[in-house]
Amino acid sequence: MKAEQISVFLENKAGRLCEVTQVLAEAQVNIRALALADTSDFGVLRLIVDDTEKAKDTLKKAGFTVGKTNVLAVEVPDRPGGLYDILNLLQSSGINVEYMYAFVQQSGSNAVMIFRFDNTDDALKVIQANGLRVIDGKTLYGM
Amino acid sequence: MIYDIEYETMPREALEAIQFRRLKATIDRCYASVPFYRKNFEAAGITPGAIQSLQDLPKLPFTTKQDLRDNYPFGMFAVPMENVVRIHASSGTTGQPTVVGYTARDVDTWAGLMARSLMAGGATRGDIIHNAYGYGLFTGGLGAHYGAEKLGASVIPVSGGNTKRQVVIMKDFGPTILTATPSYALHLAEVADEMGVSFRDLKFKYGIFGAEPWSESMREEIEEKLGLVAVDIYGLSEVIGPGVAMECHEAKKGLHIFEDHFIPEIINPETGEVLPYGETGELVFTSITKEAFPVIRYRTRDITSLNPEPCICGRTMARMNKVSGRSDDMLIIRGVNVFPSQIESVLMEMKNVEPHYQLVVDREGQLDILTVMVEVSESMFSDEVKTLQGMEKEITKNIKDYLGVSAKVKLVEPKVIARSQGKAVRVIDNRKI
Repeated sequence: MKAEQISVFLENKAGRLCEVTQVLAEAQVNIRALALADTSDFGVLRLIVDDTEKAKDTLKKAGFTVGKTNVLAVEVPDRPGGLYDILNLLQSSGINVEYMYAFVQQSGSNAVMIFRFDNTDDALKVIQANGLRVIDGKTLYGM
Repeated sequence: MIYDIEYETMPREALEAIQFRRLKATIDRCYASVPFYRKNFEAAGITPGAIQSLQDLPKLPFTTKQDLRDNYPFGMFAVPMENVVRIHASSGTTGQPTVVGYTARDVDTWAGLMARSLMAGGATRGDIIHNAYGYGLFTGGLGAHYGAEKLGASVIPVSGGNTKRQVVIMKDFGPTILTATPSYALHLAEVADEMGVSFRDLKFKYGIFGAEPWSESMREEIEEKLGLVAVDIYGLSEVIGPGVAMECHEAKKGLHIFEDHFIPEIINPETGEVLPYGETGELVFTSITKEAFPVIRYRTRDITSLNPEPCICGRTMARMNKVSGRSDDMLIIRGVNVFPSQIESVLMEMKNVEPHYQLVVDREGQLDILTVMVEVSESMFSDEVKTLQGMEKEITKNIKDYLGVSAKVKLVEPKVIARSQGKAVRVIDNRKI
């Protein structure tokens, strides 16, 4: 049920983000969602793409440091309190969110959030036990 | 195995007798045929006759890199040009290049010393030597080449650069000995990895690495990544080139100095005073067999110590410890002496951190700012910013703890720091002092 995310180390230099997207464009890799975390010196770009392995290999060949992490794509009811319910549930189970970002496409009438938890396996159990829908990697990459 | 068993295992007394005879001849010749040495001796108020024993050597004045530069290009040669068969020169990255010359006999002496070195490092005549030291004005390539031929091994004169082709050659020709700078050896491993070739599957048994200082922890990394036994070779073109001293693969504990050709001394770099065995200071060499380019008490600027203890390999020649730095690439950061090799040791002791680093020194107002740039490898990378920042903090703290100097640590993308072909650029000093 987990989805794969790739992360790329970037120095804070003009044009680096542009180069990542160029490498992916030339490899015909489609970006499904992304988030950038930055400090004054460097940034970490996180990406969900339609072909994780291809994206990873091409970026590595282009000289980037690339990592791969498991994340969860969770459907969030598109109404006030939808996100609160989920976060409250996880917090009371002792699971922390390392970071999260929104997926571009909706799943039906629900929004989709990408979560990176400190304990992915436990988080998955809690979410599923409470009837929330997790979108598996394959479905997500093609949405 | 020992290439020149008679000389390399000679008892100390016999060795010293030979040393004195050769020293005396060198001093006489320098005084008679090199105007610089005559002037230098006269300025110090000394004549060759004052040297009555080896213990008198410290009476002679030093020769420095600046002296060689002042006599550019051929002013230090002790023979007429028609007797010089080879010329090498340093790259001159830190000033005017220094030019050295060899007679036919010097070339032969050098080849013999390199044959000794290669054998001490594990090579025999049955080996195939992949020689990735640069060929040309740099002494590394041709020095190792002539030594390999003298030994009777098969040498692949691949030189530096064209790394992908080197990997193919290593795969197809099956060399068993690698000679290269340590930073280029790691670069070869990286490129091989990118090409899907595992160094550990190649046939290498021994690697003979030198021409730049490298730490004990870098040795461990090279041995692990390349699947070979890594030994250290020492030399400098001003003295003869590689083959001045060589670590034996049996002990891997210090480099045997070929004392029948070079007399080593350790001095206090500030006072010039000679230090006893075991004390750390600047290494000074006097060549005692060279014809075209003899040097008397040449200050290498390399920092090390000497160890006269007998070695398990059977060689009686004193050993110098691994060079821990250079008295001239020593950085003084807010009053603290810093050698790049110390920073390297700090990095290597941390899990997952690669030894690809560069020190940049700036002066803001009156304050020196040391920035340590460290390349982010896949093994240390994380998708979490806090993990990476934690690593920066940990490096900063370890540098502060071990060296007593505050540094700003900056993580950079791989391959930002120039290395590969020749010597890695470890220090960029932007201070205008």
